[in-house]
Amino acid sequence: MEDSSEDRVNVKARKFLMWLVVISSSMLFAGWTSGFMVYAAGSADQGLKVILPDVFKYSTAAMIVSSITMHMAYLSAKRLQFDKQKIYLILTILLGLLFFVLQVLAWRTLTEQGVFLVNYNASQSFIYIFTGAHLAHIIAGIGALVNALTGRLKNIAQVKNLYRLEMASIFWHFIDIVWIYLYVFLLLNQ
Amino acid sequence: MSGVSTHDSTAVHHDDHGHEHHKETFISKYVFSQDHKMIAKQFLITGIVMAVIAMLLSLLFRIQLAWPDKDFPLLEAFLGKWAEGGRISPDFYLALITIHGTIMVFFVLTAGLSGTFSNLLIPLQIGARDMASPFVNMLSYWFFFIACVIMMSSFFVQTGPASSGWTVYPPLSALPTAIAGSGLGMTLWLISMVLFVASSLMGALNYVSTVLNMRTKGMDLWKMPLTIWAFFLTAILGILSFPVLVSGVVLLIFDRSFGTSFYLSDIVLNGNILPNEGGSPILWQHLFWFLGHPEVYIVILPALGITSEVIATNARKPIFGYHAMVYSLIGIAVLSFIVWGHHMFITGMNPFLGGVFMITTLIIAVPSAVKTFNYLATLWRGNLRFTPAMLFAVGLVSFFISGGLTGIFLGNAALDINLHDTYFVVAHFHLVMGSAAIFGMLSGVYHWFPKMFGRMMDEKLGYLHFWLTFIGAYLVFFPMHFMGIDGVPRRYYAFTEFEFMQQWLTVNVFITWAAIISALAQVAFLWNFFHSMYYGKKTVQNPWDSNTLEWTAPVEHYHGNWIGEIPSVYRWPYDYSKPGHNEDFIPQTTPFSETMSSNLPHDFEGNAEAERIQAEWLIQNP
Repeated sequence: MEDSSEDRVNVKARKFLMWLVVISSSMLFAGWTSGFMVYAAGSADQGLKVILPDVFKYSTAAMIVSSITMHMAYLSAKRLQFDKQKIYLILTILLGLLFFVLQVLAWRTLTEQGVFLVNYNASQSFIYIFTGAHLAHIIAGIGALVNALTGRLKNIAQVKNLYRLEMASIFWHFIDIVWIYLYVFLLLNQ
Repeated sequence: MSGVSTHDSTAVHHDDHGHEHHKETFISKYVFSQDHKMIAKQFLITGIVMAVIAMLLSLLFRIQLAWPDKDFPLLEAFLGKWAEGGRISPDFYLALITIHGTIMVFFVLTAGLSGTFSNLLIPLQIGARDMASPFVNMLSYWFFFIACVIMMSSFFVQTGPASSGWTVYPPLSALPTAIAGSGLGMTLWLISMVLFVASSLMGALNYVSTVLNMRTKGMDLWKMPLTIWAFFLTAILGILSFPVLVSGVVLLIFDRSFGTSFYLSDIVLNGNILPNEGGSPILWQHLFWFLGHPEVYIVILPALGITSEVIATNARKPIFGYHAMVYSLIGIAVLSFIVWGHHMFITGMNPFLGGVFMITTLIIAVPSAVKTFNYLATLWRGNLRFTPAMLFAVGLVSFFISGGLTGIFLGNAALDINLHDTYFVVAHFHLVMGSAAIFGMLSGVYHWFPKMFGRMMDEKLGYLHFWLTFIGAYLVFFPMHFMGIDGVPRRYYAFTEFEFMQQWLTVNVFITWAAIISALAQVAFLWNFFHSMYYGKKTVQNPWDSNTLEWTAPVEHYHGNWIGEIPSVYRWPYDYSKPGHNEDFIPQTTPFSETMSSNLPHDFEGNAEAERIQAEWLIQNP
């Protein structure tokens, strides 16, 4: 029923779905950061009032490097260097996991400073909302990466391999940018 | 939803075609279907069931409002402790208005309307085999279905459903012990809404991607029917606004369950002072209404799109001002994001900010008026065919005008201070987005029923349904304006305690009788709908002599819509009664070379070769 030209259209349309996911997810974070601004403007003692843990710097570095390895995986796949693709994908996943661990460590540093989620200055609660929601996205991103990796290991057709990889790649770069946005946002408000 | 699994008896006749390609089981055909046409029917029937439930809920609270001192033992038999002694309890009254609003706004007029017609018409009218991702489309329906089940399940918990109004303002919604409905009922409401948002987003992503990427040959954006423009912009509104509701809901969940103070401050609950400090319930209002206002356009835009199509087809005239229609849809969609503050004029906002929101709100009157004028201009001196669908479309225009005018009152900050939270608001939005949107939806059901089920609905029952509902809706909502101007607040349980409200009791009795009659009128629709599904007159391929692509697809349904190649498109969808043509409609699939006698210079969009051929033909055929 479907000839190959229609299939191609369909892949393009489905990739576009991922861009729309990116847009709607951006609105989610835009909602929270706007909420933060409305809240913090409420009164003078409702600012962030905390020095952000240094761990965030390391996690940011991990995130940026993971974006680079992600792109390397994509380039390798395009050049049909499948072993390299595999290695870069695994690296990206590991960096994602590292990021996850670092964020949790940052939470520990924050709680040691007395900055808790349950807080009568909700600006500080917002740190946990931002990072927590972002980590939920990281989990989804790692899921997409694992999906691309298993596809590679099962040696699926190159069209499908590239499709899975592109979907994972769009999303992964997106959550990288979201984290940088959130971090800069927090830095500017600290 | 028994209807989902049993309808479409015509399916039997064409089953053998499908078997050549892939075997369809009962489950894959009717339950976990990935065919957009089946998913549309699933949305429609679930939407109708939810609409009937929400309508019955409204009758329950109307009975309480009309006869606050009377006992109805029957109610106790059905509702038990929620209607002890045959009277609706105050707690249950609040639950009724909350769930009525939630179901109508989200489950019927968002999912039921967009879910049905975007799913049915987007692939069929732009010439696509199916959605961008049929699998995500299927998930979208099942998330919606589960959301419905969870929302209804809150009627079966001890403390009853959520009761803080469909806008679930904190602190009532944020403190599980505040009122009965703030407990488990509110939790279920939140879970249901998160699933609902997920469902809406999955649907909207598909609609946008399909419209942008999968149009057939020749179908450029300016050749799309206005229905598609409306569904497309609606989906964009959903993608941009629903996530913001989720961000608000997440904070609400943390306040409810983890003890944070995003929305809570200075609360005394049952005599105990709560420790929460610093939170602001206004923050919720900002996040909620940033969704909430686009949401009312998510409700009305698809109805406006359907109306454009139905009116043009049944007036046998091109839609008046096609480009203006599209630009005003875009205008409404853009403006909808910068007006949310008009729901919050009395929250103590800076009067200057209030002025800004007032201006943006009043500007919306411009594209809305453009649309209204264009509907009327399309009707003007047309060869009107009053099919039931046409009547409902004209009904929409009527409600859109009478409800829209009061929007200009409410959009004024100075007037809104008086009218806020009175029955004037209830009257306004029930006319402009309630009745208007439901009339658009019903118009769509009557118009595309042959496309969905291969049979026609009964016209006489349709007329009966229309007139009773149309008159009934005005009788229900029009008197509410006067109550509101007199200052009667909405959501009050009984009018007996306040002297100035007591005189309105007789009006309440009148409204309730009108509501009961309008509700009975829906029986005519339900009978017509389900009976015609099996026993209606068989339809021809193009029963309304319509131009759009969906009527070029065979009456029998195939997963893939067209057998063989997808038809190409050569012209816009509104070539009705074109001078010089032998019929009063020219389908989009007819090339200009077959309609030499009716072609006009601007049809060729500056294509010199085509103009030359046309000029030659005109010389040879004087």
